[in-house]
This record gives sequence, C-alpha cells and structure tokens, in this order.
Amino acid sequence: MSTIGGASTPKILVFSTHNISDPGIDLAGSAHLHYSPTVMVISLPCTSGIRPEWIVYAIQKGFDGVFVATDGEECAYLPNCAELTSEVVTRAQTMLQERGLEPQRVKMAAVCSVCADPFVNHMREFAESLAPLGPSRKVAA
Amino acid sequence: MGPGIEPGMTDPAMTDPAPSATTVNTGASGADTSFPVPGPHAQPRRLGVYVCHCGGNIADFVDVEKVAAEIRKDPDVVVAKTAMFTCSDASQQEIIRDVAENQLDGIVVASCSPKLHTFTFREVARRAGLSPYQYTQVNIREQCSWAHTDDCTGATLKALRLVKAGVGRTRLTVPLEPIVVETVPKAVVIGGGIAGLRAALALADIGLAVFLVEKETELGGWVGKFKELYPKGRSGRALIQELVEKVRSHPGITVFLGAEVTGKSGSFGNYEVAIRVDQTTGETVTVQAGAIIVATGFEAYPMKPGELGYGLEGVLTLPEFKELLEGQETNTPLVYRGRRVETIAYLYCVGSRQDPSAVEDAHEYCSRYCCTAAAHTAVQVARRPGGVHQFHLHRDVRTYGKYELLYGEALETKSVYLKVPDDEPPVVQPDPERGGLLVTARDLLADGETVEIPVDLVVLVTGMVPRANEELTRALKLPVSKSGFYNEIHPKLRPVETVVDGVYICGTCQQPMSSSEAVASALAAVTQAAAILKRGFAELDPLVAIVDPEACTWCGECAEVCPYGAPQQAEQDGKTVAVIDKTTCKGCGGCVPVCPRRAIDLEGYTDAQIKAMIDGLAEELGWEDSVPEEVMV
Ligand SMILES: Cc1cc2nc3c(=O)[nH]c(=O)nc-3n(C[C@H](O)[C@H](O)[C@H](O)COP(=O)(O)OP(=O)(O)OC[C@H]3O[C@@H](n4cnc5c(N)ncnc54)[C@H](O)[C@@H]3O)c2cc1C
Ligand code: SF4
Repeated sequence: MSTIGGASTPKILVFSTHNISDPGIDLAGSAHLHYSPTVMVISLPCTSGIRPEWIVYAIQKGFDGVFVATDGEECAYLPNCAELTSEVVTRAQTMLQERGLEPQRVKMAAVCSVCADPFVNHMREFAESLAPLGPSRKVAA
Repeated sequence: MGPGIEPGMTDPAMTDPAPSATTVNTGASGADTSFPVPGPHAQPRRLGVYVCHCGGNIADFVDVEKVAAEIRKDPDVVVAKTAMFTCSDASQQEIIRDVAENQLDGIVVASCSPKLHTFTFREVARRAGLSPYQYTQVNIREQCSWAHTDDCTGATLKALRLVKAGVGRTRLTVPLEPIVVETVPKAVVIGGGIAGLRAALALADIGLAVFLVEKETELGGWVGKFKELYPKGRSGRALIQELVEKVRSHPGITVFLGAEVTGKSGSFGNYEVAIRVDQTTGETVTVQAGAIIVATGFEAYPMKPGELGYGLEGVLTLPEFKELLEGQETNTPLVYRGRRVETIAYLYCVGSRQDPSAVEDAHEYCSRYCCTAAAHTAVQVARRPGGVHQFHLHRDVRTYGKYELLYGEALETKSVYLKVPDDEPPVVQPDPERGGLLVTARDLLADGETVEIPVDLVVLVTGMVPRANEELTRALKLPVSKSGFYNEIHPKLRPVETVVDGVYICGTCQQPMSSSEAVASALAAVTQAAAILKRGFAELDPLVAIVDPEACTWCGECAEVCPYGAPQQAEQDGKTVAVIDKTTCKGCGGCVPVCPRRAIDLEGYTDAQIKAMIDGLAEELGWEDSVPEEVMV
C-alpha cells in the first residue's frame, strides 16, 4: 500500500461545519466512498469563524493544501456566511503569497449535508491540482 | 523563504496572538501589573483516551491497539484503552471508574461521528465529576475506518493523527459548565393555520399558557378554505372549525386576531414579545414567553400578467379553480361563466422548479404538494356528472408515498398525463376557431410530438412561495434560506429548531408541505418547546465567543458582523471594550477572524486549540511501514 508516506499523495486539511458539511463528509464514509487517508478534517460551528492564520499555519506545518467546506447558502447562523468565508480565504491566500507559498493551496467550496460524492470528487480534484505544486514543506521548513 | 517573512522575523501565523487568556492582572501596584503566566497547556494534564473497536466497524481497518499504545506515550495521557463498544453501559462505567481512580481531568473518545454520541459522553464526563466540555469526540469511523476500507495502514495512521489532535485540543480545555437559563412556562404561537392551531392546542393541553397571534381576522389559514382534503376526503372547513372551537374554549389560550408580532426583547428563556393588536391605532401589548413557535405558512405563487396565458378568460390558478369547483353543488355538471366545462388542461410546476438562468428570482425548489393536489382536484372533477376530459401537462409526477394512490385514481377516472420538456413550457392562446383556449405543447411520452389541445379551462398548478413577512423575520432574527422559507438548523437532525434559542419553526413557513406534514412538524416543535418550558430551565452550550479585554480596543468590527447583536460596547476598568452576551451569542465564531486585534476566541475552538489540533494532524509519525496491511482482530 503506497498511498501514504509516498510524497505523491498530498496532505489535505479540511475545515468543515458541524451542521452541514461535516454530515456530508460523514456520509461519504458511511457509503464507503474512498478518498485518501491523507485528508483530515477539523469541524467547526461555521467556516466564517476560521482565522486565516490557521490556514497558513497548517500549510507551514506540512499540509499541502487546505480545503474549506462551507455551508454555502445553507448556513443557519450568518446570512452572508459565504461572503465572510471567502474573505477569510482571500486573506489566507495573501498571507501565503507573502510567505512564498502558492495561493492555490487553499480552496473553498460548498459541501451540503448529503454531498458525499461531491466531497470525494472535490478531494480528488484538489489533490490533482496540488500535485504539480509539490510538497508545501519545500518552502516552509 | 518567502519575500514577506525574513529569517528571524516572527510569523504571526506561527505565534500566539496578543497575549490573551494567558495574561493575568495581579491588580497589585497600578500601572504595569499584567504579566504572562504559563497558559493551561503548560500544566500537566491527566487525560483518558478510549479508542473504540465498534465491533469490527473500526477495528477491522484500524489497528486500534497500536493507536492506543502510541497515544499512551504522550506524557499527559494517563489512561489509554480500547473498548469493543465505548458507548456500552459497561464501558461508560469503566470511564467513570478510571476518572476516579486516576484523577483524570479530561476524556478523549475516538469512535463514531460526534453527531451520534456527543451527548452520551458529555453525560459520562458529568457523571464522572468532570465538566462535560473537558471531553473531545474524535471521529475515526465515518471519517476514517469507513472511508479507508481499502487502506488499513493509511487508516491507522490517520486515526492516530486524529486522536493526537483530540488530545491536543483536550489538553487546552477549561472546565466550562452549560449556561443555565430559567424558562417561563408560556409560549407565543405565530400563525393560526392548521400548524399553528395544532401547536397551540398541544402546548395548552400540557399546561402551558399560549398566546396565539393571527394576522388575518379569522383563524384557519389555507385549510379552512377547502371543502375536501386529500388524502382522506375530510372537510378542511369542518376540521378547522373543530380546532377553532377547541382553541376558543381552552382556558390556557389567548387569541389575538388581526395582530402581528413586531418585536422581541429580553433573552432566551424569558423573551418579551411585542404584539401589535390593533392595526389602525397601532396599539401594542407585550407578553412574556419562554418559547416562540412560528407557523406563518405560505402564499400561492403570484402569477405575472400574461404568464402562461394568465389574464385570458378561462385561465385560473389551482387555488382559484378549487374555489370555483367547491363553490358548486357536487351533483351538477361543472360550469364556468355560465358555460359547461368539457375539457381542462392542468399545467404543472407553475412557479416551481424554475431555471435560474431563464427566470429572475427563480423558485428552484419543487413545491411538493401540487402534483397531488392537482390529481386530487381532477378526481373531484371526475366525480361530478357531465364527464370532463382532463389533460395533465406535467414535467414529472411527484405524488410521493401514499399519494401515489391518488395518481392511480386520476388515471382510472380517465385523466390523461402528458410529459412536457423542462425547458419548453406549454403555450396558452385563445382558440380563434372554436372560442375557448388552445394549449400547445410537446409530449415526450409520444415521441416528442407537438400536440394542440383545445380546452375550456386552463388550470395553472401554482407552487408555494414564502410569505412576505419582513417585519417578523427582522423582529425574531429568523434565518431565511436561499428559497426564502425559514431555515431550520438541520433538515434531518434538528428539523424544527432555529439558531435562535427558543424559537421554533413548523409548517409551510419552513418549506412546502401537505397539511398532515405541517401538523407533524407543528407537534415536533411543541415537543422541543415543551422540553425546555416544562422543566423550568434550559441549558445552553457555553461554547461562545470570549473577548480578551486587554487586547480589545473596541473598534466595533465584531458588532458589525454579528446579526444577533451579541457583542456589545461596555466600559471595563476605565476602558471601552466589547463584551459578548453569552445567551445571545450563537457560537458561530463569525466575529473571530474579523477582529483586527485578534482579541476574540471561540470557547472550545480557541486559537491555541485549533493550532494544537493542526499540530496533531500534521505530525510525522515515522512508523509508516510497521503496520501490517491486513489488520486482523
Ligand atoms: C390549492 C391547494 C390545495 C391544497 N390541498 C390540500 C389537500 O387537499 N390536503 C393537504 O394535506 N394539503 C393541501 N394543501 C396544502 C395545505 O394548504 C397546507 O399544507 C397547509 O395550509 C399548511 O398549513 P400552515 O399552517 O403551515 O400554513 P397556512 O395555512 O398558510 O396558515 C398560516 C397562517 O399564518 C398566518 N400568518 C402569516 N403571517 C403571519 C404573521 N406575520 N403574523 C401572524 N399570522 C400570520 C396566515 O394568515 C395564516 O392564517 C393545498 C394547498 C393548496 C394551495
Ligand atoms: S409537486 Fe409536481 S407540480 Fe409541484 S413543483 Fe413538484 S413536480 Fe411540479
């Protein structure tokens, strides 16, 4: 089994939300849809509460990409959640650039509570787009 | 090294924010008295970690023994065990015993999704004498073993990283307790349709005082207009009359007609609800309530002039046609403007399932009730003498569940169903030769052929749209979904609760429903409301935003972003700062990244905790090759 350890599989940190996107990610597992075990999830109440610093921190600590699984229009807390989250992502991208890291390492997309297939597709596509960038550690450490 | 960060420079992303919880004020000698003290993470902790087999659900793919053995190496982990089923009574008892015997001060459970057992294990922590918030759930089933059944090594490594993250987070927990608020045993129900009436009665029947607020001058909503209801043929009017009599005679219910809720103040448990009881004088009364149930219903899709021939003689919406139909004796042939009706065309999905690229402010959702209501109406028509030819121009037939029987009945009574293309609605014109109307459409069930149907009536099967209730929406700060209906926390897991504590939604103000579905959701809302009102108190998660007054300089950004008004300006030690009202804060954290001083943290998800979790997840483990490919249990 060589999916792990081999540098070819990017390490992805996902920020999800308790009420909407995390259940979607759970559903992918319940349906035994496979994605790489180098994908790891931190669930929060709402993605508009992410500090851009956390995204940068994750990349500097060795994650190759950070995926923000937002609620899109479904957020029960904030009507402008998508807007606030994309502001966080933009700030994180700027911070990455300032540190010589590629802004493409952060991606945001809406994942709904039954979006099992879309989540797995997102992970595959994101991993594919990260592969040409190589490991993030080449710059940071 | 990137251009922005020079060697030796401290990177804000890598360091703690402006000293926060780790700063104390000794208050000893005036000016410079604050100094950094070791944060909670510097103190050794005594944690217990429980890694679950979940029968074989986890252990068949994750080497749980290896995970437990590895995590035991953490100096703060005093107990690390595996369990066949951590949620079993025996395992819960064992955790409680371990806490006592080893003076544990935090628990990590690595098992299934937090959606399943967070409350179970919070309760275990409480029974063990710990704060429920010094426990962390780690999801190694749905988000690990089940997703990686093809990669046991990868799954085991990931499980360990996830557990490390859980330990990292738990290490930094503080003993929070739920915020307890008293609740007054009274409820306001807004909307007196079938959902609101049933909710009011159910609440009053269990001894709660109810204020029922209806905007119109009579109770009953839509159902009160209908003579016959699907699926059982009951009379809507009789049903409503019966409910209204019960409501009227119930000593626990006060009814306000022609009234509207205009404001809500106070806090969860004891809201003060302003009700404008006289629309002309504007007279307002204020009542106290521990819970508010919103049941304000729907409106029929408003036709635009000319849309699908609307405005032509003989083109009616389904509600208009129902009124016509039910207004005539059932033993006579159907008549429209003095003429016998011999043919009817029903045009489906009007104002529903609209394509946003083709229609402005499209209603993209399916209105759910209308396929059934149209079939039911056709059956009502077919029962009359006279024999009417009925054509149904649909996109799909969505008479779901037991309503399929009505579709069958419509077919048996000679209704003809034609399937039209999604993007080619039928065209309705006056019929110059015959008088009456001509409907032109393509029938996908007849090879896409174009058909022309001369008819006497066209019935536009209009969907449900949300009511224009801006004042109420604003007064209660109700979240509205993309479709314009009120939004629950989760459609399946928490279907009648909103993020506003103590405010519940039910019936068709939430989404299109049939009347029995509206009643079912009303009773669900009653159950939720009664649970907090009958107990006399409610508990709120203390996982709310907290402000570090040292760092805060009151710029107002947090107040700007919070739609609930939780951050408030306050004077503290001669300084203007933000304070967060604990019972108003929803704990979403939206204010955290907008604070330019990084003075706000969300309890349970603090800056230090998230970074500790990232550390755990990112850790190089170095034993990648030592896990056997097939983990045998
Ligand atoms: C043509 C047609 C036929 C139908 N046939 C059937 C059928 O045969 N069987 C069936 O099960 N269902 C049928 N339905 C669906 C049924 O009408 C709904 O499911 C039902 O009315 C939902 O009840 P409700 O209480 O949620 O909303 P509503 O009936 O809309 O009642 C809401 C009430 O709230 C009041 N209100 C609104 N805003 C405010 C405010 N701000 N303050 C105070 N009060 C307010 C309104 O005045 C109204 O009285 C049909 C619907 C239509 C349109
Ligand atoms: S229930 Fe039928 S008519 Fe109504 S929107 Fe859905 S598919 Fe169209």
